[in-house]
Amino acid sequence: MSLSSNLPLRRLGRAAAPLGWVGPAVALIAFAVIWPVYEMFRISFQHYSPDGFLLGSAGFKNYTKLFQDPNFGPIMVRSVIWVVAVVGLTMTISLGVAQLFNQRFPGRRIARWALIAPWAASVMMTAIIFRWMLDPNTGAINLLLRDLGLISKLGTSQADWLGRPDAAFLWMIAVAVFVSVPFATYTILAGLQTIPGEVYEAAKIDGASHVRTYFAITLPLLRPAILVATLINVMNVFNSFPIIWEMTRGGPGYETNTSTVYMFNLKQNFIGESASMSVVNFAVIIVMVLVFLRVSNWKKEVA
Amino acid sequence: MAATTAPAAARTVPDSARSPQSRRKPPRLRTVILAAAAYVVALIFILPYLEMALTALRPPKELLDANYIPHHFAWSNFTSLWSTGIGSNLRVSLMVAGGATALVLLVATPAAYYTARRRFRGRTVFLLLVLVTQMFQPTALVVGIFGQFNQLGMIDDPTALILVNAGFNMAFAIWILNAYFGAIPKELEEAALVDGCTRLGAMFKVIIPLALPGIVTALIFTFISAWNEFIVALTLTSTPSNEPLTVGLNNFIGAYSVDWQHLFAGSVIATIPVIVLFALIERKVVSGLTAGSVK
Repeated sequence: MSLSSNLPLRRLGRAAAPLGWVGPAVALIAFAVIWPVYEMFRISFQHYSPDGFLLGSAGFKNYTKLFQDPNFGPIMVRSVIWVVAVVGLTMTISLGVAQLFNQRFPGRRIARWALIAPWAASVMMTAIIFRWMLDPNTGAINLLLRDLGLISKLGTSQADWLGRPDAAFLWMIAVAVFVSVPFATYTILAGLQTIPGEVYEAAKIDGASHVRTYFAITLPLLRPAILVATLINVMNVFNSFPIIWEMTRGGPGYETNTSTVYMFNLKQNFIGESASMSVVNFAVIIVMVLVFLRVSNWKKEVA
Repeated sequence: MAATTAPAAARTVPDSARSPQSRRKPPRLRTVILAAAAYVVALIFILPYLEMALTALRPPKELLDANYIPHHFAWSNFTSLWSTGIGSNLRVSLMVAGGATALVLLVATPAAYYTARRRFRGRTVFLLLVLVTQMFQPTALVVGIFGQFNQLGMIDDPTALILVNAGFNMAFAIWILNAYFGAIPKELEEAALVDGCTRLGAMFKVIIPLALPGIVTALIFTFISAWNEFIVALTLTSTPSNEPLTVGLNNFIGAYSVDWQHLFAGSVIATIPVIVLFALIERKVVSGLTAGSVK
Protein backbone atom coordinates (compact mmCIF):
# COMPACT_ATOMS: atom_id res chain seq x y z
CA MET A 1 0.00 0.00 0.00
CA SER A 2 2.60 2.48 1.10
CA LEU A 3 4.80 1.39 -1.79
CA SER A 4 2.16 2.09 -4.42
CA SER A 5 1.25 5.46 -2.94
CA ASN A 6 4.92 6.41 -2.91
CA LEU A 7 5.39 5.57 -6.54
CA PRO A 8 3.96 8.69 -8.18
CA LEU A 9 5.82 10.83 -5.68
CA ARG A 10 9.05 9.04 -6.45
CA ARG A 11 8.43 9.45 -10.14
CA LEU A 12 7.78 13.15 -9.64
CA GLY A 13 11.01 13.39 -7.70
CA ARG A 14 12.92 11.72 -10.50
CA ALA A 15 11.37 13.98 -13.12
CA ALA A 16 12.21 17.03 -11.03
CA ALA A 17 15.81 16.00 -10.32
CA PRO A 18 17.25 17.58 -13.49
CA LEU A 19 15.69 20.89 -12.49
CA GLY A 20 18.24 21.46 -9.75
CA TRP A 21 21.06 21.09 -12.24
CA VAL A 22 19.59 22.53 -15.39
CA GLY A 23 16.94 24.83 -13.92
CA PRO A 24 19.14 27.86 -13.26
CA ALA A 25 20.39 27.79 -16.86
CA VAL A 26 16.82 27.57 -18.17
CA ALA A 27 15.81 30.43 -15.89
CA LEU A 28 18.65 32.59 -17.14
CA ILE A 29 17.76 31.89 -20.77
CA ALA A 30 14.11 32.67 -20.03
CA PHE A 31 15.02 35.91 -18.32
CA ALA A 32 17.74 37.22 -20.62
CA VAL A 33 16.66 35.88 -24.00
CA ILE A 34 12.99 34.94 -24.06
CA TRP A 35 11.65 37.88 -22.09
CA PRO A 36 13.23 40.44 -24.46
CA VAL A 37 11.73 38.56 -27.42
CA TYR A 38 8.31 38.87 -25.81
CA GLU A 39 8.90 42.55 -25.00
CA MET A 40 10.01 43.26 -28.54
CA PHE A 41 6.78 41.82 -29.96
CA ARG A 42 4.69 43.60 -27.36
CA ILE A 43 6.23 47.01 -28.02
CA SER A 44 5.86 46.52 -31.77
CA PHE A 45 2.07 46.58 -31.27
CA GLN A 46 2.01 49.65 -29.06
CA HIS A 47 1.75 53.30 -29.78
CA TYR A 48 4.39 55.43 -28.05
CA SER A 49 4.83 59.17 -28.33
CA PRO A 50 8.29 60.29 -29.56
CA ASP A 51 9.28 61.16 -25.99
CA GLY A 52 8.37 57.69 -24.76
CA PHE A 53 4.84 57.94 -23.38
CA LEU A 54 2.53 55.00 -23.97
CA LEU A 55 -0.50 56.24 -25.90
CA GLY A 56 -2.25 52.90 -26.31
CA SER A 57 -2.40 50.02 -28.69
CA ALA A 58 -1.22 50.54 -32.24
CA GLY A 59 -2.43 47.35 -33.85
CA PHE A 60 -0.34 46.80 -36.95
CA LYS A 61 0.26 50.52 -37.46
CA ASN A 62 3.95 50.31 -36.56
CA TYR A 63 4.38 47.67 -39.23
CA THR A 64 2.50 49.53 -41.95
CA LYS A 65 4.44 52.65 -41.07
CA LEU A 66 7.69 50.75 -41.35
CA PHE A 67 6.81 49.13 -44.67
CA GLN A 68 5.68 52.48 -46.10
CA ASP A 69 8.78 54.24 -44.81
CA PRO A 70 10.69 55.39 -47.95
CA ASN A 71 13.94 54.35 -46.25
CA PHE A 72 12.78 50.78 -45.65
CA GLY A 73 13.26 49.36 -49.16
CA PRO A 74 16.74 50.79 -49.78
CA ILE A 75 17.82 49.76 -46.27
CA MET A 76 16.75 46.15 -46.75
CA VAL A 77 18.53 46.04 -50.11
CA ARG A 78 21.61 47.56 -48.52
CA SER A 79 21.49 45.00 -45.69
CA VAL A 80 21.52 42.17 -48.23
CA ILE A 81 24.45 43.77 -50.09
CA TRP A 82 26.22 44.25 -46.76
CA VAL A 83 25.86 40.62 -45.73
CA VAL A 84 26.63 39.12 -49.15
CA ALA A 85 29.63 41.38 -49.80
CA VAL A 86 31.17 41.04 -46.34
CA VAL A 87 30.65 37.29 -46.03
CA GLY A 88 31.66 36.59 -49.64
CA LEU A 89 34.89 38.57 -49.33
CA THR A 90 35.59 37.19 -45.87
CA MET A 91 35.29 33.57 -46.95
CA THR A 92 37.35 34.07 -50.13
CA ILE A 93 40.14 35.85 -48.28
CA SER A 94 40.01 33.40 -45.38
CA LEU A 95 40.44 30.40 -47.68
CA GLY A 96 43.63 31.98 -48.98
CA VAL A 97 44.93 33.07 -45.59
CA ALA A 98 44.19 29.68 -44.04
CA GLN A 99 45.99 27.92 -46.88
CA LEU A 100 48.96 30.22 -46.37
CA PHE A 101 49.03 29.81 -42.58
CA ASN A 102 48.75 26.04 -42.92
CA GLN A 103 52.12 25.87 -44.69
CA ARG A 104 55.29 25.34 -42.75
CA PHE A 105 57.56 28.31 -42.35
CA PRO A 106 59.59 29.75 -39.49
CA GLY A 107 57.58 32.01 -37.21
CA ARG A 108 54.24 30.51 -38.16
CA ARG A 109 52.98 30.57 -34.60
CA ILE A 110 53.67 34.27 -34.27
CA ALA A 111 52.10 35.05 -37.64
CA ARG A 112 48.98 33.18 -36.56
CA TRP A 113 48.86 35.09 -33.31
CA ALA A 114 48.80 38.38 -35.17
CA LEU A 115 45.51 37.29 -36.64
CA ILE A 116 43.96 37.11 -33.19
CA ALA A 117 44.06 40.85 -32.59
CA PRO A 118 40.99 41.90 -34.64
CA TRP A 119 39.07 38.91 -33.31
CA ALA A 120 39.75 39.59 -29.65
CA ALA A 121 39.61 43.37 -29.69
CA SER A 122 36.29 45.13 -29.34
CA VAL A 123 34.82 45.73 -32.81
CA MET A 124 33.76 49.16 -31.63
CA MET A 125 37.39 50.10 -30.97
CA THR A 126 38.58 48.67 -34.28
CA ALA A 127 35.92 50.73 -36.04
CA ILE A 128 37.09 53.91 -34.29
CA ILE A 129 40.70 53.23 -35.28
CA PHE A 130 39.64 52.95 -38.90
CA ARG A 131 37.63 56.13 -38.62
CA TRP A 132 40.77 57.85 -37.32
CA MET A 133 42.95 56.32 -40.04
CA LEU A 134 40.49 57.62 -42.62
CA ASP A 135 40.58 61.16 -41.27
CA PRO A 136 40.71 63.44 -44.35
CA ASN A 137 43.51 65.62 -42.92
CA THR A 138 45.78 63.36 -40.93
CA GLY A 139 44.58 59.75 -41.32
CA ALA A 140 47.30 57.16 -41.86
CA ILE A 141 45.38 55.47 -44.68
CA ASN A 142 45.03 58.80 -46.48
CA LEU A 143 48.73 59.52 -45.91
CA LEU A 144 49.57 56.19 -47.48
CA LEU A 145 47.21 56.75 -50.41
CA ARG A 146 48.78 60.15 -51.01
CA ASP A 147 52.30 58.74 -50.84
CA LEU A 148 51.27 56.07 -53.32
CA GLY A 149 49.83 58.76 -55.56
CA LEU A 150 46.29 57.44 -55.33
CA ILE A 151 44.85 60.67 -53.99
CA SER A 152 46.25 64.05 -54.90
CA LYS A 153 45.94 66.00 -51.66
CA LEU A 154 44.96 65.61 -48.04
CA GLY A 155 42.02 67.51 -46.62
CA THR A 156 40.06 67.41 -49.86
CA SER A 157 36.61 65.95 -50.33
CA GLN A 158 38.38 63.16 -52.19
CA ALA A 159 40.11 62.21 -48.93
CA ASP A 160 36.86 62.47 -46.98
CA TRP A 161 35.85 58.87 -47.54
CA LEU A 162 33.28 58.73 -44.78
CA GLY A 163 31.52 61.85 -46.01
CA ARG A 164 30.40 60.15 -49.21
CA PRO A 165 27.84 57.38 -48.74
CA ASP A 166 29.17 55.02 -51.44
CA ALA A 167 32.81 55.34 -50.39
CA ALA A 168 31.86 55.14 -46.72
CA PHE A 169 29.88 51.96 -47.30
CA LEU A 170 32.77 50.34 -49.17
CA TRP A 171 35.20 51.21 -46.37
CA MET A 172 32.83 49.84 -43.77
CA ILE A 173 32.55 46.62 -45.75
CA ALA A 174 36.36 46.48 -45.69
CA VAL A 175 36.41 46.94 -41.91
CA ALA A 176 33.74 44.27 -41.44
CA VAL A 177 35.81 41.88 -43.57
CA PHE A 178 38.88 42.80 -41.54
CA VAL A 179 37.23 41.80 -38.25
CA SER A 180 35.54 38.70 -39.72
CA VAL A 181 38.53 37.08 -41.44
CA PRO A 182 40.25 35.79 -38.26
CA PHE A 183 37.39 33.59 -37.08
CA ALA A 184 36.74 32.24 -40.57
CA THR A 185 40.45 31.59 -41.10
CA TYR A 186 40.81 29.74 -37.82
CA THR A 187 37.74 27.64 -38.57
CA ILE A 188 39.10 26.71 -41.99
CA LEU A 189 42.51 26.00 -40.44
CA ALA A 190 40.80 23.62 -38.03
CA GLY A 191 39.10 22.01 -41.03
CA LEU A 192 42.38 21.72 -42.95
CA GLN A 193 43.95 19.88 -40.04
CA THR A 194 41.33 17.15 -40.20
CA ILE A 195 42.30 16.23 -43.76
CA PRO A 196 44.59 13.19 -43.54
CA GLY A 197 47.97 13.53 -45.24
CA GLU A 198 47.51 10.18 -47.01
CA VAL A 199 44.88 11.73 -49.26
CA TYR A 200 47.44 14.19 -50.56
CA GLU A 201 50.05 11.48 -51.00
CA ALA A 202 47.61 9.49 -53.10
CA ALA A 203 46.92 12.57 -55.21
CA LYS A 204 50.64 13.12 -55.65
CA ILE A 205 51.22 9.55 -56.76
CA ASP A 206 48.42 9.99 -59.26
CA GLY A 207 50.30 13.02 -60.57
CA ALA A 208 47.63 15.61 -59.73
CA SER A 209 48.77 19.23 -59.92
CA HIS A 210 48.60 21.53 -56.89
CA VAL A 211 45.65 23.42 -58.30
CA ARG A 212 43.76 20.27 -59.17
CA THR A 213 44.51 18.77 -55.74
CA TYR A 214 43.12 21.87 -54.09
CA PHE A 215 39.87 21.92 -56.05
CA ALA A 216 39.33 18.17 -56.18
CA ILE A 217 40.38 17.27 -52.64
CA THR A 218 40.96 20.14 -50.24
CA LEU A 219 37.91 22.23 -51.06
CA PRO A 220 35.36 19.37 -50.97
CA LEU A 221 36.79 18.08 -47.70
CA LEU A 222 36.62 21.58 -46.25
CA ARG A 223 32.92 21.82 -47.01
CA PRO A 224 31.69 21.44 -43.41
CA ALA A 225 34.17 24.00 -42.10
CA ILE A 226 33.31 26.48 -44.85
CA LEU A 227 29.60 25.98 -44.32
CA VAL A 228 29.69 26.55 -40.58
CA ALA A 229 32.05 29.50 -40.85
CA THR A 230 29.82 31.05 -43.49
CA LEU A 231 26.64 30.65 -41.46
CA ILE A 232 28.15 32.01 -38.27
CA ASN A 233 29.56 34.89 -40.29
CA VAL A 234 26.22 35.65 -41.90
CA MET A 235 24.71 35.83 -38.44
CA ASN A 236 27.46 38.09 -37.09
CA VAL A 237 27.51 40.39 -40.08
CA PHE A 238 23.75 40.75 -40.19
CA ASN A 239 23.82 41.71 -36.51
CA SER A 240 26.83 43.97 -36.94
CA PHE A 241 26.27 47.34 -35.35
CA PRO A 242 29.43 49.03 -34.00
CA ILE A 243 31.23 49.41 -37.35
CA ILE A 244 28.54 51.49 -39.04
CA TRP A 245 27.60 53.22 -35.82
CA GLU A 246 31.12 54.40 -35.04
CA MET A 247 32.14 55.28 -38.58
CA THR A 248 29.10 57.11 -39.97
CA ARG A 249 26.14 56.64 -37.57
CA GLY A 250 24.39 55.39 -40.71
CA GLY A 251 24.75 58.73 -42.44
CA PRO A 252 24.93 60.90 -44.39
CA GLY A 253 21.16 60.91 -44.13
CA TYR A 254 20.09 57.28 -43.88
CA GLU A 255 22.31 56.28 -46.75
CA THR A 256 24.61 53.85 -44.95
CA ASN A 257 22.04 52.30 -42.58
CA THR A 258 21.57 48.56 -42.51
CA SER A 259 18.41 47.17 -40.92
CA THR A 260 20.24 46.62 -37.62
CA VAL A 261 21.54 50.18 -37.49
CA TYR A 262 18.18 51.55 -38.62
CA MET A 263 16.47 49.72 -35.79
CA PHE A 264 18.78 51.49 -33.36
CA ASN A 265 18.34 54.87 -35.03
CA LEU A 266 14.56 54.53 -34.89
CA LYS A 267 14.71 53.59 -31.24
CA GLN A 268 15.54 57.14 -30.16
CA ASN A 269 12.20 58.62 -31.19
CA PHE A 270 10.03 55.91 -32.73
CA ILE A 271 10.32 52.96 -30.42
CA GLY A 272 7.21 51.26 -31.83
CA GLU A 273 8.50 51.34 -35.38
CA SER A 274 11.92 50.36 -34.08
CA ALA A 275 10.37 47.30 -32.40
CA SER A 276 8.65 46.31 -35.64
CA MET A 277 12.00 46.70 -37.44
CA SER A 278 13.57 44.38 -34.90
CA VAL A 279 10.75 41.88 -35.34
CA VAL A 280 11.58 41.85 -39.06
CA ASN A 281 15.25 41.37 -38.22
CA PHE A 282 14.33 38.66 -35.76
CA ALA A 283 12.38 36.79 -38.44
CA VAL A 284 15.47 36.89 -40.68
CA ILE A 285 17.58 35.53 -37.81
CA ILE A 286 15.13 32.71 -37.11
CA VAL A 287 15.38 31.64 -40.75
CA MET A 288 19.18 31.66 -40.46
CA VAL A 289 19.04 29.62 -37.24
CA LEU A 290 16.82 27.03 -38.94
CA VAL A 291 19.26 26.80 -41.84
CA PHE A 292 22.11 26.37 -39.38
CA LEU A 293 20.32 23.62 -37.48
CA ARG A 294 19.62 21.83 -40.75
CA VAL A 295 23.18 21.80 -41.98
CA SER A 296 25.09 21.38 -38.72
CA ASN A 297 25.16 17.94 -37.17
CA TRP A 298 24.06 19.14 -33.76
CA LYS A 299 22.01 16.00 -33.19
CA LYS A 300 25.10 13.86 -33.40
CA GLU A 301 26.84 16.25 -31.05
CA VAL A 302 24.02 16.12 -28.52
CA ALA A 303 23.60 12.34 -28.54
CA MET B 1 28.68 6.96 -25.14
CA ALA B 2 29.58 10.49 -24.31
CA ALA B 3 33.23 9.63 -24.43
CA THR B 4 33.00 8.73 -28.09
CA THR B 5 31.21 11.88 -29.18
CA ALA B 6 32.48 14.72 -27.12
CA PRO B 7 36.24 14.99 -27.06
CA ALA B 8 36.36 17.43 -29.95
CA ALA B 9 37.18 20.29 -27.67
CA ALA B 10 39.57 18.36 -25.52
CA ARG B 11 41.56 17.01 -28.41
CA THR B 12 44.11 19.54 -29.49
CA VAL B 13 45.31 19.22 -33.03
CA PRO B 14 49.10 19.20 -33.12
CA ASP B 15 50.54 22.35 -34.58
CA SER B 16 52.63 20.52 -37.12
CA ALA B 17 49.75 19.91 -39.48
CA ARG B 18 49.69 16.71 -41.39
CA SER B 19 50.05 18.58 -44.62
CA PRO B 20 52.06 17.02 -47.41
CA GLN B 21 54.66 19.74 -47.11
CA SER B 22 55.70 18.39 -43.75
CA ARG B 23 56.87 15.17 -45.32
CA ARG B 24 59.32 16.42 -47.87
CA LYS B 25 61.94 19.09 -47.52
CA PRO B 26 60.57 22.22 -49.17
CA PRO B 27 62.79 24.22 -51.51
CA ARG B 28 64.31 27.18 -49.70
CA LEU B 29 62.97 29.86 -51.98
CA ARG B 30 59.44 28.59 -51.51
CA THR B 31 59.74 28.83 -47.72
CA VAL B 32 61.07 32.35 -47.97
CA ILE B 33 58.21 33.49 -50.20
CA LEU B 34 55.63 31.78 -47.99
CA ALA B 35 57.05 33.29 -44.85
CA ALA B 36 57.24 36.75 -46.41
CA ALA B 37 53.64 36.56 -47.59
CA ALA B 38 52.48 35.33 -44.19
CA TYR B 39 54.36 38.09 -42.38
CA VAL B 40 52.77 40.70 -44.63
CA VAL B 41 49.30 39.30 -43.91
CA ALA B 42 50.07 39.19 -40.20
CA LEU B 43 51.30 42.77 -40.29
CA ILE B 44 48.13 43.97 -42.01
CA PHE B 45 46.09 42.52 -39.18
CA ILE B 46 48.04 44.23 -36.42
CA LEU B 47 48.78 47.55 -38.11
CA PRO B 48 45.53 49.24 -36.96
CA TYR B 49 46.36 48.30 -33.38
CA LEU B 50 49.89 49.67 -33.76
CA GLU B 51 48.32 52.88 -35.03
CA MET B 52 46.06 52.83 -31.99
CA ALA B 53 49.11 52.62 -29.71
CA LEU B 54 51.00 55.27 -31.69
CA THR B 55 48.09 57.70 -31.48
CA ALA B 56 47.75 57.01 -27.78
CA LEU B 57 51.32 58.26 -27.45
CA ARG B 58 50.89 61.27 -29.74
CA PRO B 59 51.36 64.60 -27.94
CA PRO B 60 48.16 66.69 -28.18
CA LYS B 61 50.16 69.33 -30.09
CA GLU B 62 51.03 66.83 -32.82
CA LEU B 63 47.51 65.47 -33.29
CA LEU B 64 46.97 67.52 -36.42
CA ASP B 65 50.35 66.63 -37.94
CA ALA B 66 50.13 64.58 -41.08
CA ASN B 67 52.85 62.04 -40.33
CA TYR B 68 52.90 58.31 -39.61
CA ILE B 69 54.94 58.46 -36.42
CA PRO B 70 54.88 61.40 -34.01
CA HIS B 71 58.13 63.25 -33.31
CA HIS B 72 57.73 62.84 -29.57
CA PHE B 73 56.05 60.20 -27.51
CA ALA B 74 53.79 61.59 -24.81
CA TRP B 75 53.66 58.84 -22.20
CA SER B 76 51.86 61.40 -20.07
CA ASN B 77 48.70 60.67 -22.08
CA PHE B 78 48.40 57.50 -20.03
CA THR B 79 48.57 59.45 -16.75
CA SER B 80 46.37 62.37 -17.76
CA LEU B 81 43.84 59.78 -18.94
CA TRP B 82 42.85 59.08 -15.36
CA SER B 83 41.71 62.62 -14.73
CA THR B 84 39.00 62.17 -17.38
CA GLY B 85 36.91 59.88 -15.20
CA ILE B 86 37.77 56.77 -17.21
CA GLY B 87 38.56 55.01 -13.94
CA SER B 88 34.90 54.56 -13.15
CA ASN B 89 34.28 53.14 -16.64
CA LEU B 90 37.09 50.67 -16.09
CA ARG B 91 35.54 49.71 -12.78
CA VAL B 92 32.13 49.16 -14.37
CA SER B 93 33.73 47.07 -17.15
CA LEU B 94 35.54 44.90 -14.60
CA MET B 95 32.38 44.53 -12.57
CA VAL B 96 30.16 43.66 -15.52
CA ALA B 97 32.63 41.27 -17.14
CA GLY B 98 33.59 39.70 -13.81
CA GLY B 99 29.99 39.40 -12.66
CA ALA B 100 28.79 37.93 -15.94
CA THR B 101 31.65 35.41 -15.94
CA ALA B 102 30.94 34.32 -12.39
CA LEU B 103 27.23 33.95 -13.09
CA VAL B 104 27.85 31.98 -16.28
CA LEU B 105 30.18 29.52 -14.58
CA LEU B 106 27.83 29.14 -11.65
CA VAL B 107 24.87 28.33 -13.89
CA ALA B 108 26.56 26.58 -16.82
CA THR B 109 28.76 24.15 -14.91
CA PRO B 110 25.99 22.09 -13.26
CA ALA B 111 23.87 22.18 -16.42
CA ALA B 112 26.74 21.05 -18.63
CA TYR B 113 27.76 18.36 -16.17
CA TYR B 114 24.27 16.95 -15.85
CA THR B 115 23.58 16.92 -19.59
CA ALA B 116 26.92 15.24 -20.22
CA ARG B 117 26.27 12.50 -17.64
CA ARG B 118 22.56 11.82 -17.59
CA ARG B 119 19.90 11.22 -20.17
CA PHE B 120 16.76 12.85 -18.88
CA ARG B 121 13.48 13.94 -20.33
CA GLY B 122 13.87 17.26 -22.03
CA ARG B 123 17.62 16.91 -22.44
CA THR B 124 17.55 17.27 -26.21
CA VAL B 125 15.12 20.17 -25.99
CA PHE B 126 17.38 21.85 -23.48
CA LEU B 127 20.49 21.44 -25.61
CA LEU B 128 18.61 22.67 -28.65
CA LEU B 129 17.51 25.74 -26.68
CA VAL B 130 21.13 26.33 -25.72
CA LEU B 131 22.28 26.01 -29.32
CA VAL B 132 19.60 28.42 -30.53
CA THR B 133 20.48 31.03 -27.91
CA GLN B 134 24.09 30.74 -28.97
CA MET B 135 22.96 31.89 -32.41
CA PHE B 136 21.08 34.86 -30.97
CA GLN B 137 22.86 38.07 -30.31
CA PRO B 138 21.63 40.78 -28.00
CA THR B 139 21.86 43.27 -30.88
CA ALA B 140 18.73 41.97 -32.55
CA LEU B 141 16.79 42.05 -29.28
CA VAL B 142 18.04 45.36 -27.98
CA VAL B 143 14.63 47.05 -28.20
CA GLY B 144 13.08 44.23 -26.18
CA ILE B 145 15.97 44.32 -23.71
CA PHE B 146 15.42 48.04 -23.25
CA GLY B 147 11.68 47.53 -22.69
CA GLN B 148 12.35 44.75 -20.19
CA PHE B 149 14.81 46.63 -18.02
CA ASN B 150 12.82 49.81 -18.30
CA GLN B 151 9.91 47.96 -16.70
CA LEU B 152 12.20 46.53 -14.05
CA GLY B 153 13.54 50.00 -13.28
CA MET B 154 17.07 48.80 -13.97
CA ILE B 155 18.18 51.33 -16.58
CA ASP B 156 21.65 52.58 -15.67
CA ASP B 157 22.16 49.63 -13.33
CA PRO B 158 25.30 47.53 -13.98
CA THR B 159 23.42 44.48 -12.69
CA ALA B 160 21.31 44.61 -15.84
CA LEU B 161 24.46 44.39 -17.96
CA ILE B 162 25.69 41.44 -15.90
CA LEU B 163 22.43 39.58 -16.47
CA VAL B 164 22.26 40.25 -20.21
CA ASN B 165 25.89 39.37 -20.83
CA ALA B 166 25.58 36.21 -18.76
CA GLY B 167 22.41 35.19 -20.56
CA PHE B 168 23.84 35.55 -24.03
CA ASN B 169 27.21 33.92 -23.27
CA MET B 170 26.03 30.99 -21.22
CA ALA B 171 25.34 28.88 -24.29
CA PHE B 172 28.98 28.86 -25.35
CA ALA B 173 30.03 27.86 -21.83
CA ILE B 174 27.49 25.04 -21.59
CA TRP B 175 28.46 23.78 -24.99
CA ILE B 176 32.20 23.67 -24.41
CA LEU B 177 31.91 22.35 -20.84
CA ASN B 178 29.52 19.65 -21.99
CA ALA B 179 32.18 18.44 -24.43
CA TYR B 180 34.85 18.42 -21.72
CA PHE B 181 32.73 16.68 -19.11
CA GLY B 182 31.61 14.11 -21.66
CA ALA B 183 35.22 13.27 -22.49
CA ILE B 184 36.04 12.33 -18.88
CA PRO B 185 35.61 8.58 -18.28
CA LYS B 186 32.61 7.78 -16.10
CA GLU B 187 34.63 5.25 -14.13
CA LEU B 188 36.59 8.03 -12.48
CA GLU B 189 33.61 9.52 -10.71
CA GLU B 190 32.00 6.13 -10.16
CA ALA B 191 35.09 5.30 -8.14
CA ALA B 192 34.57 8.49 -6.16
CA LEU B 193 30.89 7.65 -5.61
CA VAL B 194 31.85 4.18 -4.36
CA ASP B 195 34.30 5.82 -2.00
CA GLY B 196 31.38 7.68 -0.46
CA CYS B 197 31.35 10.96 -2.36
CA THR B 198 28.05 12.55 -3.20
CA ARG B 199 27.40 13.38 -6.86
CA LEU B 200 28.09 17.02 -6.11
CA GLY B 201 31.24 16.07 -4.23
CA ALA B 202 32.38 13.91 -7.15
CA MET B 203 31.80 16.82 -9.48
CA PHE B 204 33.97 19.15 -7.43
CA LYS B 205 36.72 16.69 -6.51
CA VAL B 206 37.09 14.67 -9.68
CA ILE B 207 35.41 16.26 -12.67
CA ILE B 208 36.09 19.94 -12.31
CA PRO B 209 39.85 19.59 -11.90
CA LEU B 210 39.99 17.42 -15.01
CA ALA B 211 37.85 19.81 -17.02
CA LEU B 212 39.87 22.83 -15.92
CA PRO B 213 41.06 23.75 -19.44
CA GLY B 214 37.44 23.87 -20.58
CA ILE B 215 36.43 25.94 -17.60
CA VAL B 216 39.28 28.37 -18.21
CA THR B 217 38.19 28.66 -21.85
CA ALA B 218 34.60 29.38 -20.88
CA LEU B 219 35.80 31.86 -18.28
CA ILE B 220 38.06 33.82 -20.62
CA PHE B 221 35.58 33.74 -23.48
CA THR B 222 32.72 35.07 -21.36
CA PHE B 223 34.90 37.70 -19.81
CA ILE B 224 36.08 38.99 -23.19
CA SER B 225 32.61 39.03 -24.76
CA ALA B 226 31.16 40.92 -21.83
CA TRP B 227 34.17 43.24 -21.77
CA ASN B 228 33.76 44.06 -25.47
CA GLU B 229 29.95 44.25 -25.50
CA PHE B 230 28.75 47.55 -26.85
CA ILE B 231 25.16 47.93 -28.00
CA VAL B 232 23.40 46.72 -24.84
CA ALA B 233 25.63 48.90 -22.68
CA LEU B 234 24.95 51.82 -25.00
CA THR B 235 21.21 51.23 -24.63
CA LEU B 236 20.97 50.48 -20.93
CA THR B 237 23.23 53.16 -19.47
CA SER B 238 22.58 56.88 -19.26
CA THR B 239 25.12 58.44 -16.90
CA PRO B 240 28.79 58.46 -17.98
CA SER B 241 30.09 57.04 -14.71
CA ASN B 242 27.86 53.97 -15.05
CA GLU B 243 29.06 53.15 -18.54
CA PRO B 244 31.57 50.39 -19.23
CA LEU B 245 34.70 51.25 -21.20
CA THR B 246 33.27 50.52 -24.64
CA VAL B 247 30.59 53.16 -24.17
CA GLY B 248 32.62 55.45 -21.91
CA LEU B 249 35.38 55.81 -24.49
CA ASN B 250 32.80 57.27 -26.86
CA ASN B 251 32.53 60.27 -24.57
CA PHE B 252 35.92 61.36 -25.87
CA ILE B 253 34.17 61.91 -29.18
CA GLY B 254 32.55 65.30 -28.82
CA ALA B 255 30.27 67.08 -31.25
CA TYR B 256 33.06 69.38 -32.44
CA SER B 257 36.32 67.78 -31.42
CA VAL B 258 37.64 64.36 -30.53
CA ASP B 259 40.10 63.73 -27.71
CA TRP B 260 41.92 61.16 -29.86
CA GLN B 261 44.99 60.60 -27.72
CA HIS B 262 42.93 59.79 -24.63
CA LEU B 263 40.41 57.81 -26.64
CA PHE B 264 43.19 55.56 -27.90
CA ALA B 265 45.09 55.47 -24.62
CA GLY B 266 41.89 54.10 -23.10
CA SER B 267 41.49 51.72 -26.03
CA VAL B 268 45.01 50.39 -25.54
CA ILE B 269 44.24 49.66 -21.90
CA ALA B 270 40.98 47.99 -22.89
CA THR B 271 42.45 45.96 -25.74
CA ILE B 272 45.90 44.63 -24.85
CA PRO B 273 44.85 42.36 -21.94
CA VAL B 274 42.01 40.99 -24.01
CA ILE B 275 44.24 40.04 -26.93
CA VAL B 276 46.69 38.30 -24.61
CA LEU B 277 43.92 36.39 -22.84
CA PHE B 278 42.35 35.40 -26.13
CA ALA B 279 45.64 34.02 -27.45
CA LEU B 280 45.51 31.48 -24.62
CA ILE B 281 42.20 29.96 -25.67
CA GLU B 282 41.98 30.69 -29.41
CA ARG B 283 41.96 27.06 -30.54
CA LYS B 284 39.31 25.90 -28.15
CA VAL B 285 37.10 28.82 -29.12
CA VAL B 286 36.82 27.54 -32.67
CA SER B 287 35.57 24.17 -31.52
CA GLY B 288 33.15 25.82 -29.10
CA LEU B 289 31.69 28.29 -31.55
CA THR B 290 31.27 25.82 -34.36
CA ALA B 291 29.64 23.41 -31.87
CA GLY B 292 31.78 20.54 -33.07
CA SER B 293 30.56 20.75 -36.63
CA VAL B 294 34.14 21.02 -37.81
CA LYS B 295 36.14 17.97 -36.94
